[in-house]
Amino acid sequence: MSKKTLVFSLTILLMIGVIATGAVAQRRTVSVLGIWGGGERDAFMKMLEPFEAATGIKVEFTGTRDLPAVLTTRVAAGNPPDISVLPNPGQMEEFARIGELVDLGTFMDVNKLQSDYAKTWLDLGSYKGKLYAIFISADLKSLVWYNPKAFSEAGYKVPETWDELIALSDKIVSDGKAPWCIGLESGAASGWPGTDWIEDIMLRTAGPEVYDRWVNHEIPWTDPQVKHAWRLFGQIACNEKYVYGGTAAELTANFGDAPDALFTTPPSAYMHRQATFIKSFILKHNPDLVPGIDFSFFPFPPIDPEYDTPALGAADMFVMFNDTPEAEALMRYLATPGAQEIWVAEIGKLSANRRVSLGAYPDELTRKAAQILANAKIFRFDGSDLMPAPVGSGSFWTGILDYVGGEDLDTVLKMIEESAVEAYGR
Amino acid sequence: MHTKQSTPWLYLGPGLAILTFFLIYPSINTIYLSFFGRNSENFVGTSNYIYAFTNRTMLTALRNNILWVVVFTPLTVFLGLILAVMLDRVEYETTVKFIIFMPMAISFVGASVIWKFVYAYRPALASQIGLLNALRGILHLSPTPWLIKRPWINNFCLIAVGVWVWTGFCMVILSASYKGLPRQLLEAARIDGATEWGIFWKIILPLMMPTVTVLITTQVINVLKVFDIVYVMTNGNFGTEVIANRMYKEMFNFRNFGRASAIAVILLLLILPMLLVNLRRFRKQGAR
Repeated sequence: MSKKTLVFSLTILLMIGVIATGAVAQRRTVSVLGIWGGGERDAFMKMLEPFEAATGIKVEFTGTRDLPAVLTTRVAAGNPPDISVLPNPGQMEEFARIGELVDLGTFMDVNKLQSDYAKTWLDLGSYKGKLYAIFISADLKSLVWYNPKAFSEAGYKVPETWDELIALSDKIVSDGKAPWCIGLESGAASGWPGTDWIEDIMLRTAGPEVYDRWVNHEIPWTDPQVKHAWRLFGQIACNEKYVYGGTAAELTANFGDAPDALFTTPPSAYMHRQATFIKSFILKHNPDLVPGIDFSFFPFPPIDPEYDTPALGAADMFVMFNDTPEAEALMRYLATPGAQEIWVAEIGKLSANRRVSLGAYPDELTRKAAQILANAKIFRFDGSDLMPAPVGSGSFWTGILDYVGGEDLDTVLKMIEESAVEAYGR
Repeated sequence: MHTKQSTPWLYLGPGLAILTFFLIYPSINTIYLSFFGRNSENFVGTSNYIYAFTNRTMLTALRNNILWVVVFTPLTVFLGLILAVMLDRVEYETTVKFIIFMPMAISFVGASVIWKFVYAYRPALASQIGLLNALRGILHLSPTPWLIKRPWINNFCLIAVGVWVWTGFCMVILSASYKGLPRQLLEAARIDGATEWGIFWKIILPLMMPTVTVLITTQVINVLKVFDIVYVMTNGNFGTEVIANRMYKEMFNFRNFGRASAIAVILLLLILPMLLVNLRRFRKQGAR
């Protein structure tokens, strides 16, 4: 055999090999786009291990914090991931409306989903009667985190009403200390922690029905009920004496760093309103703390007794862009209690699946949050996540920053209303 | 040698094809889309442009872009010029130039993260982790939240980052031009009794003018497109919005293709005169 023929046949062999592996790889993988990195990514990969072992399908996970930008580009280019996390139901509606999403009812057992999931979750994952998204975990937002030891040392009692909350705040101020620590900075999403406050207050002062109308923009932002909620938020957040470091610190502190003020000696602040996920931030910054003993939470107290203590929440949702057998298998797996038990145990989030047992949660504190979520008479999804992006992840966020920064409330609400009129009226 | 009429086109062909595909077609398509609604489905006339020139945030963005052009451009070119001329006379020129040029090697995102730490703010009683506020602490001054002080301080803080990155670039270009000046001319002027100040203004600067003009136009183009620094450090909040960041938000966060396209076209129109100035200079130089 001459040298030339040898090289030629080797090249051909190599090419066949490449094409063959390419074809096999194409059949046996599913691409997933998500927002997770670090510990959350590890937890997600751990959840996928049993799936990969059982099916032999390889999951190619890409994590990005700027998911909307990446996803928009990939969908527009005709190259979407097989499965993607979406930041909110609003985005799901956008993609469902232009026909990019796969109807999950075509391959999943809807009856089983209906028994496994509360109606709220299925409704939130549906658009025009078709199911497009499943939820793998949820966060309870209506919580105020505090340091029980610091509370008992100073003789403070957990407040059970809004008036008690304000009275306690005043008492802490008169003791020469700051009652609250708040952090509104969050990179490109700065301002969102404030939107959760407004939503929680709206639920407690105006009730769930008005809340829904507000989210759907059936009442304007300049409505007295909306304005009232902002005023109550401002009573705490715009009060230089109430917030540790004043509004300047509030606007510049990262939301993940803000609770650190609870654990300094002596405490720089005493209360921090934030969702369940903040537990992982607290533990990362202070690894020695024991959940339930060194830090705990109480429900954000009721304001109008008529509406009791409603629960505000958010969730992690998955949608499917490409209908492949591998993607179908993964979607079915993600909806199972088995998968979600691994995920919540690793990360301390709450499961959306009813069949996930309380025993799966890593500690008493998370179990307590899961019970509050399960027992809440009124539950509403994070309103800013349901609003169209120009409002829910635009003017609402900047409005919070402007208001806390000292802008006149009427001007702020008028600006949000202007963007809402356009965004909803399309 | 005889050249066929088609030969130049043959050589130009690939380049032209690439240009058409990657530059001309997208530009025309962007202009086209800017007259349509958010999903590029409905024709909306000039309403995207009306929005761009009436919306409050957009007006802030336009104002800030003007501020960037007016402050950033002269500052980088002027500092670069001073450094180029002054450093020529010192022994350790290379070392100093190397240090000043270094920020150029860092990505803008990297530079912005570094400066975010420099400007970091902690409440008065906590220990300051930001360089500037730590310095203020040494002088017994209360810390300042630099990045949220509107309307001027935070904008100037952002512009300072840009100047930090780009001054080295200007310095290197101007230094090369300065070293190319005929030395006899400067010596003759000195012998004739001209002051150093006079030499700088009447001989050095006029001779370096072509380079300075090219630099100014390049810097104006650079600064009109400013995005990274603002996106990383404030994301346009607290009155620091700029045009490019607004375009990014409309496109990727709000999925409003019409508005994003209109803002892109406005940016293109702002940059176009600068390109023409540069082009004319090149043509003049070619004719000489």
